[in-house]
Amino acid sequence: MFDYLSQTVWSPYIAGAGIGVLICLSFLLADRPLGCSSAFVKARGLFERTFNPEGEKKNEYYRQIMPNMDWSFMIIPGVIVGAFVSAVLSGQFHLVWVPPLWGNTFGYNTAIRWFWALIGGILLGLGARWAGGCTSGHGLSGSSQLSFASIVTAVCFFAGGIVTAMVIFRVIGGL
Amino acid sequence: MPLLTTIRGNRSCQLVLGLLTGIAFGFFLQKGGVTNYSVIVNQLLLTDFTVMKLMLSAVIVAMIGFHLLKHYGYVNLHAAKGSMGAQVIGGLIFGVGFALLGYCPGTVAGAVGSGAMDALFGGMIGIVIGTGIFADLYPRLKTGILKQGPFPAVTVQEFLHLPLWIVIGIMEVAMIGFLVVLYYCGF
Repeated sequence: MFDYLSQTVWSPYIAGAGIGVLICLSFLLADRPLGCSSAFVKARGLFERTFNPEGEKKNEYYRQIMPNMDWSFMIIPGVIVGAFVSAVLSGQFHLVWVPPLWGNTFGYNTAIRWFWALIGGILLGLGARWAGGCTSGHGLSGSSQLSFASIVTAVCFFAGGIVTAMVIFRVIGGL
Repeated sequence: MPLLTTIRGNRSCQLVLGLLTGIAFGFFLQKGGVTNYSVIVNQLLLTDFTVMKLMLSAVIVAMIGFHLLKHYGYVNLHAAKGSMGAQVIGGLIFGVGFALLGYCPGTVAGAVGSGAMDALFGGMIGIVIGTGIFADLYPRLKTGILKQGPFPAVTVQEFLHLPLWIVIGIMEVAMIGFLVVLYYCGF
């Protein structure tokens, strides 16, 4: 059993099937789709409430997705812990400042990588809320429910991602 | 089911369940290899299909599981009628960010747990900022672009006017077939 838990990688089919069971359990026990991006809305709303309570109170979006600590907020700290445990068990935990694929293409300047990661993160947060969910909320939980909007959204995530990655790495990076 | 109502209504119980669900999710994501920057970017460059294999395996299991549970009345549908303006525009903005960052909102947290500092200082902070931008734009977007080109149906079976279990059958065969083809193409 421990051997299995400490393996570096599992077959993606097994890990994926496990996530499929988890999605069913989320619907059953929490009556919610398993998603990640609403936790970021709640974090942002709680931040706003601390530093700009008037602005937070007036913001319509935070009346729709209440900034509070609940099931969906806890997913993100949980994912960090779960991935940490998995990485430590397999001896894969290392601090990485610039991922090698980026570094080998664009150089190992930490500031440049973090700048582009920040821009990417901003677009990811904006796009996820614009579409009403992310790769897990739409891509996994929504598609499993046969939600038409979720399947369209998931196709657009990958269409946008594939074109952008090709431009960044093949056209600009010359990979 | 009174037991389910009790579990769903208990705040502390939900906080613990949320944390445990997150831990299991993060564990599976890391073990599946998708918290690794190069695995995600190589999926977008179409040279590594780990992300696709993991996601389709999850949907293959959850689609049957969810609809069985729903058939017996244990779960509810959580889906909304989307629109072109929300789904396509939002999805494409997300896609550009997905490729630039190399993680999505779930895997970015898993990458932080595996030690990726660009996921923490670039990615997670960026997502919080981007979410705030959307919250500020929301009053203008909600009556404008988010309502453009509404979809005619909530679910695929309503859209196709086909019975639910026929659609599930077609989707399952298509997803499993796709994975088999990928395997025989050497991916």
